[in-house]
Amino acid sequence: MKKNIEIRWHGRGGQGAKTAALLLADVAFSTGMHVQGFPEYGPERMGAPITAYNRIGSEPIRVHSNIYNPDYVVVVDETLLHSVDVTKGLSKDGAIVINTTKSKDEIIPLLNGYEGGVYIIDARKVSMATLGKYFPNSPMLASIVKVSGIMDEKVFLSQMEESYKHKFAKKPEVIEGNMNALRMALSEVK
Amino acid sequence: MSIRERMSGNEAVAYAIKQINPDVMPAFPITPSTEIPQMVSTFIANGEIDTEFIPVESEHSSMSATMGASAAGARALTATSSCGLAYMWELLYVAASDRLPLVLALVNRALTGPININCDHSDSMGARDAGWIQIYAENNQEAYDNFIQSFRISEHPDVMLPFMACQDGFITSHAVENIELIETDKVKAFVGEYNPENYLLNADMPMAVGPYATSPFYMETKMNQRLAMKNAKKVILDVAAEFEKISGRKYGFFEEYRLDDAEIAIVIMGSAAGTTKDAIDALRAKGIKAGLLKIRVFRPFPGEEIAEALKNVKAVAVLDRAESFSACGGPVGSEVKAAMFDAGVNVKAVNYFYGIGGRDYTVESATEVFEDLMKIADGSMEPENFKYVGLRK
Repeated sequence: MKKNIEIRWHGRGGQGAKTAALLLADVAFSTGMHVQGFPEYGPERMGAPITAYNRIGSEPIRVHSNIYNPDYVVVVDETLLHSVDVTKGLSKDGAIVINTTKSKDEIIPLLNGYEGGVYIIDARKVSMATLGKYFPNSPMLASIVKVSGIMDEKVFLSQMEESYKHKFAKKPEVIEGNMNALRMALSEVK
Repeated sequence: MSIRERMSGNEAVAYAIKQINPDVMPAFPITPSTEIPQMVSTFIANGEIDTEFIPVESEHSSMSATMGASAAGARALTATSSCGLAYMWELLYVAASDRLPLVLALVNRALTGPININCDHSDSMGARDAGWIQIYAENNQEAYDNFIQSFRISEHPDVMLPFMACQDGFITSHAVENIELIETDKVKAFVGEYNPENYLLNADMPMAVGPYATSPFYMETKMNQRLAMKNAKKVILDVAAEFEKISGRKYGFFEEYRLDDAEIAIVIMGSAAGTTKDAIDALRAKGIKAGLLKIRVFRPFPGEEIAEALKNVKAVAVLDRAESFSACGGPVGSEVKAAMFDAGVNVKAVNYFYGIGGRDYTVESATEVFEDLMKIADGSMEPENFKYVGLRK
C-alpha cells in the first residue's frame, strides 16, 4: 500500500497558487487517483503570502487538516524565501521546487539547511516565452508533476489538453500557449 | 451507475440543488457559503433549472422570503453562514413554529467576536434550540447526500419542520475532493414532487400562517413541535434506508467507527471525524482499542442510541467545536453526558473544545485526546472537565 503524496504550495495572493493546487487535483483525479486540493483561508489580499495543499494517491482521503510534513513544497514566488519558512516539516526524502532566476548554488543557502532535493525553474521566462504574459501557475504545475513523478508526463499533457479545452472553450487561442508552457517547463525544471 | 466526480463541498450542495430544481431560492451572500447561491444563480442564468432566485438585501430578508415562499406552497431554500444565521435569528423560531418544511444550507463558520471567517459550530449550535432539524456532514460526499435527503425528511407529513444541512466552512466547503454523484433522474425520483396539504395560495382552503398565540395555546404549539421532532427520528432512518438503495451509502443518526470493541472513544461531528479515523487506525495498529462515534443528526438528538453505543467503553471524550460558556461544558458534551446519565451509563466522560475559529485539528490532536483517555481509563489520570485541544501554549 503506497502512501499518498502530500504537497504544500507557497505563493502570494493573486499568483494562482490556489488555482495550481486545484488544477493538480483535477489532473490527478482524471487519471483515477484520490485527490484533495484546498487553500488555507484567512484575510487574504493581493500580494500576501498564501498556502495551498494537495493530498494525492491511490488511497481514499479522510484527513481534513493542513499539511505539516509534506513530501514536496512548491514556491511560486521566491521573495517568500525571506519571510516564510518554506522547508518547515518538509521530508528529507522529498523535494522543493522554486520559481527563481537564481542558480541552485544561490538558492540552497536560503533553505535553512534543507537536505532533500532542490529544483529550480524560471517560470517567468517560460511564461513570457509561451504566453507573452506572466502566469506562473502552468509552469509550476508541470514542474511539480515532473519532480514528484506523480504521473506519467505524456498522460499529464494529454489530460491537461482536455482540461484546457474545457476551461478555455471560449478562448481556444490560449490553449496552445498553455500547452507550450507545460512542455517547456517539463524540460526546463532542474 | 454513479457518476465519479471531483468537487468542493459548496459545489456538491449547489449540484444537489440543481438536480432537485426547487421552486424558490432567496439568498444573501456571506463567506464561506457565498458560492452556493452564486453557482445556483449561474445554473438559472444558463437555463439549466427554473428556480426563482430572489436577491435580497440581508439574511433577515432571505429567511423571510424563504418562509413566505414555503408558506405559499413552494419548495424553498436558502444558504448562509455565521453572522448571516445570527441575523435570521427571530425568523428561525417562526419558521419552526409555522411548520415550514424549508431547507437551509449552512456552511459552518465562527460567530464574530473577534471577527473570524473560519470554521466552528458556534453558528448552528446557537440555533440548536430553535426547533430545526440539524444534520452535519463529514465531507463533500455527505454534504451532497444529506442535502438530497433533506426535503424528504422536512416535508414528511409527520415532521413538517425546517432543516439545517450543515458542513464545515472552508474545510469541506472549499476543499476539492472525489465524490460519487447520483444520476439526476434518480435524484428527482427520490426527492419527488412537493404537494403540501395546506398552503397559502390554496383558495379552496384559506389558512393563517404565523398568527398570535395567546397563553392558552402557545404551549401546545411548542408541544406539537416537540412531537414532530420526535417523529423525525423514524423519518430520518426511513429516508436513509431508501437513500441507501439508490446510492449504496448507509446513513443513520451517527456513524460508529471501530467502536464495537473499543475501550476508549471520541465523540465528534463534522470534518474532524475523518481525521480522527486516521488517528484510530494508527492506534489500532499498536494494539490500542480506540473508536469513534460521529454524530450526524444533532436535532433531533439521538440520546438513547448514543448512550447505548457508548455503554461498553471505559472512557469517552466528547469534542465540541463551539463554546456555550456555561463554564461546565460545550453543547455536544453536555447533551451526550446527560443522555448517558439518563440511560444509567456510568462511563468516565470528558469534554474538550477543539477547532474554534478554524484552529486546525490534526491526527496528532486526536491522538493526544486518546492518550489522555488511556490514562483516564486505567485510572492514572482524573477526568478533567474541560480541556482544549490545540490551544497555544
